[in-house]
Amino acid sequence: MGLTGLFLITFLVIHVGLNACIFYDLPIFDPNDNGAMFNKASHFMGSTMVMRLLEIVLFAGFILHIIQGWSLELQNRQKRKQGYQVNLGNRGSKWYSRSMGILGTLIFLFLVLHISDFWIPSRITHNLPQAQYHGVEMHDMFIKMYNSFQNPVVVVLYLLGVLALAYHLFHGFHSAFRTMGVHNRKYLAMLKSLGYGFTIVVCVLFALMPIAMFLNWVSPL
Amino acid sequence: MEHYNMNLTLKVWRQPNKNSEGRFETFDVKDISSEMSFLEMFDVLNERLISEGNDPIAFDHDCREGICGACSMHINGRPHGPWHATTTCQLHMRAFKDGDTIVVEPWRANGFPVIKDLVTDRTSFDRIIQAGGYISVNTGNAVDGNALPIEKDKADASFAAAACIGCGACVAACKNASASLFVSAKVAHLALLPQGEPERKNRVLSMIAQMDNEGFGSCTFTGACEAVCPKEISVTNISRMHKDYLWAGLSTEK
Ligand code: HEM
Ligand code: SF4
Ligand code: FES
Repeated sequence: MGLTGLFLITFLVIHVGLNACIFYDLPIFDPNDNGAMFNKASHFMGSTMVMRLLEIVLFAGFILHIIQGWSLELQNRQKRKQGYQVNLGNRGSKWYSRSMGILGTLIFLFLVLHISDFWIPSRITHNLPQAQYHGVEMHDMFIKMYNSFQNPVVVVLYLLGVLALAYHLFHGFHSAFRTMGVHNRKYLAMLKSLGYGFTIVVCVLFALMPIAMFLNWVSPL
Repeated sequence: MEHYNMNLTLKVWRQPNKNSEGRFETFDVKDISSEMSFLEMFDVLNERLISEGNDPIAFDHDCREGICGACSMHINGRPHGPWHATTTCQLHMRAFKDGDTIVVEPWRANGFPVIKDLVTDRTSFDRIIQAGGYISVNTGNAVDGNALPIEKDKADASFAAAACIGCGACVAACKNASASLFVSAKVAHLALLPQGEPERKNRVLSMIAQMDNEGFGSCTFTGACEAVCPKEISVTNISRMHKDYLWAGLSTEK
């Protein structure tokens, strides 16, 4: 659980970093970029052998984490056949630390939507607009993203997905290190702050992507 | 603090034996002194029940001074009641005010089946200790102060872990009914000392295996155990136990 969780966290760093290339189109950088930087990065991820192999490892990581998560949740739920009339609730722990299974399931549902939105068209069906840079043909993922995020329902669903991820990581980040045996108090305090900081930066960046495209802060024009 | 008397409504879990269905029974108790302990309030109620020819409420207790771990009541949703770092026997009625309704339940966990009313069978903890919570050789009498050098920080951490009284509040509070805080305290207080070092790996493996066998859940670090522990055992003991467990799993002889 801890290992796969930490692995998925490293994936998030890459994912958020690459996708943040769309912000190069912002007026403060280069409003005429129109997603060129992002499209090239995305093309690199899809066309390089090493990256495609890593993608398989990533899928395996997700599947393993989800199986572990669900079976852990299922087993732990069976350990108290008869519950309490009055529960301890938030007096002993944070609600999100007790809701990792549900938050994870929300992330899973979001992933199904997210993969069918972008990964399937890009890697399987290939029905995407094309772009050309220095004579190299590639998918115009930027336009695809932009079109998807013109629909307010999609934007709201993505924001909810990111929110679920944020709460999952608020607990998951430091919990993973504890699971792996870090018990030095100073390091734990540091890791907890690092976890909150990391989660906020990553999730705010992710959340800004659909918002920026919906509000035309970044656009193909 | 000023002394006062109060009238209370108690909702207490009643269950004749292990196999029967239980239910809540409501009692009105009158003229309870704010100076009484929570268990003395139960004594008063039980005296009345006995004089009326009724079955008194069964509850566990022994030392009544916060050191044995026998008392175990889930009071208004919190193991050992509202006071921080306090056992049920050390909880006093000044924690409540006139007219309060108090809900009292037994520990709830598959590893702690209810025997009668508020009494649960906690021999699962004994079996976890028997699986490895000891040093196999006679360690002799207390030796001269510095005959066996021990790092101060380790001695302190070991002593803090040894404060665990095995009450089971950690299990009662945990959403997973995990016994990890108890087991990690019992692992830590031996593992941190030189006398405990030789059996360190097998101890952690056997005790965790026994904890799983007894039907307790796995730790997900919500921290509820630490919040209710009357002896303020720290969850960092659980991380230390995980570290020992991982390392022992990779490096034992068999
Ligand atoms: C980008 C996606 C995800 C990341 C970065 C992530 C990260 C993490 C981390 C770091 C942990 C803590 C591990 C530990 O305490 O040892 C964790 C735990 C967990 N995750 Fe995820 N996770 C993700 C997606 C999912 C999904 C899709 C599910 C389920 C469908 C899920 C279910 C769980 C569960 C049940 C736990 C156990 C929780 C606990 O400690 O209470 N996660 N995750
Ligand atoms: S760790 Fe604390 S709550 Fe758990 S058994 Fe020991 S003293 Fe009781
Ligand atoms: S009766 Fe001994 S700790 Fe409460």
